[in-house]
Amino acid sequence: MDLPTIVKRTALYFAVAVVVVIAVFPFYYAIITSFKTGTQLFEVNYFPTSFNLENYQSVLGGRHFIRNIGNSIFISFVTVVAALFLAITASYALARVKFKGRGLLLMTILGISMFPQIAVLAGLFELVRFLGIYNTPWAMILSYTIFTLPFTVWVLTTFMRGLPIEIEEAAIVDGATPWIIITKVFMPLMWPALVTTGLLAFIGAWNEFLFALTFTVSETTRTVPVAIALISGMSQHETPWGAIMAASVIVTVPLVLLVFVFQRKIVSGLTAGGVKG
Amino acid sequence: MLASSELSLQQQRARSAFWFLAPMLIMLFCVAAWPLLRSIYFSFTDTSLTDLYGGQWVGFDNYLSYRELSSGRILWRGTLADPAWWNAVWNTVRFAFVSVSIEAILGVLVALLLNAEFKGRSIVRAAILIPWAIPTIVSAKMWAWMLNDQFGIINDLFLTLGLIDHKVAWTANIDTAMISVLVVDIWKTTPFMALLCLAGLQMVPKDIYEAAKVDGVHPIKVFFKITLPLIRPTLMVAIIFRMLDALRIFDLVYVLTPNSKATKTMSVISRENLIEFDKFAYGSAQSSLLFAIIAIFVALYIWLGKLDLNGEKN
Repeated sequence: MDLPTIVKRTALYFAVAVVVVIAVFPFYYAIITSFKTGTQLFEVNYFPTSFNLENYQSVLGGRHFIRNIGNSIFISFVTVVAALFLAITASYALARVKFKGRGLLLMTILGISMFPQIAVLAGLFELVRFLGIYNTPWAMILSYTIFTLPFTVWVLTTFMRGLPIEIEEAAIVDGATPWIIITKVFMPLMWPALVTTGLLAFIGAWNEFLFALTFTVSETTRTVPVAIALISGMSQHETPWGAIMAASVIVTVPLVLLVFVFQRKIVSGLTAGGVKG
Repeated sequence: MLASSELSLQQQRARSAFWFLAPMLIMLFCVAAWPLLRSIYFSFTDTSLTDLYGGQWVGFDNYLSYRELSSGRILWRGTLADPAWWNAVWNTVRFAFVSVSIEAILGVLVALLLNAEFKGRSIVRAAILIPWAIPTIVSAKMWAWMLNDQFGIINDLFLTLGLIDHKVAWTANIDTAMISVLVVDIWKTTPFMALLCLAGLQMVPKDIYEAAKVDGVHPIKVFFKITLPLIRPTLMVAIIFRMLDALRIFDLVYVLTPNSKATKTMSVISRENLIEFDKFAYGSAQSSLLFAIIAIFVALYIWLGKLDLNGEKN
């Protein structure tokens, strides 16, 4: 390697290091803060100084945090299953059957995914009250459909269009009904797309805040983001930062692990939702 | 014989398509179209949070109305005459334009970086996904702690580097609250932008670059004349997605800078009126206006997009 190349490589690695540090630092800092208690919190340290699990014990032991995690898991899981179930059949129809107004329908579905959630809040509030599901997980499961379903339909339709038509023709020749085609022919081929969309829908539901804040009143029915947002001390000057950081780390670690395991799938899902959209 | 069976097959498929679509369409109608129509309806009534069905039709009063006082002065009322609303509109628009512009520039830069060949590229790619995956509320809290006026690491770092000479209350101070929100939002969403741009970059054929290299074209010229035009469609899609997201921002502002006049956006002020201040109908009017603004923006985008497309063809 000649000198300019070495300089270039060094600059490249330096730039990469800067980007990674900026991306990861807040999470890293939350972790080291979560291990501090008492007056240690008020000293600024760039590297870990203590390893004290007290904050984790107080978060997991006290109040309703475990219950909140349970709520979040239940809501996200049911939301994903419902969205995938509704989207698989719909995307088959949208990708493979020609009918009038298909393009318009697809555009409408994409349009709904861009809805500002606040614009439907009043109407959803009325609906949730009417159905008697206010302050229950079902309020969130119902309302999250507004962003998980359009996205799932859109990505699965794009994916299904890419599958070879011959497979389907062979099945039709064998006398398979559309339902058989979907469940027996397409489903096995669609696992990658289902995992990707399911994962993104799960993350979306797990992170949602506006609906969860509005449709819950008691501490036991809150989801994790609402619980974290509303953790407070005795007064404004007593914000329990250690506990907040511990709670933040607890709910973020599973997501970070998902990101590292499914990195490729997540990226392909994001780009399918964006680039081809 | 063959033709008729073909036709019936086609019909059968069309019919089953209808049944396959019906559940999804009913669901979307229930959670999107109907609530939207109801919200708009509420905005023309005096409905209150505690009595959802007792509202009376009041026409445009929640938007704009006037009353002539005995002194002859005209008193304007309604959202469109409310300085707090216009402040929120201005905050939202300013936030959306600044954040999306910076994110687009940084996104392209990071994408160019990740497109280069180096060791550990896939780990780096996963690492930059972390800000995207962290729940917005959690990142707001993490940054609120880092930006804390007394014990925050940002103040400590900036004091050490000599960038500031006294501790700044970043999120509480009216001059810096918007900057705080922008920093956190840019940190959180640049990865999304970068990954979309990266996908665009990877579709650019490699031999174009080699040809440019052989011809000795300056790298900066290569970027503006080759790379940027080729990734422009992808970039535009990413920008519009982000723009629509930024115009409806709620959670970050609500948690990072609660009740700050300098950052209160349209979504935040609407929800405040809807739920917290029991001005349900007034809040509905504001949320309907936000919907209208976003709809106009989308229509404009599609319209301008078409114009541009025609220009290219000519």
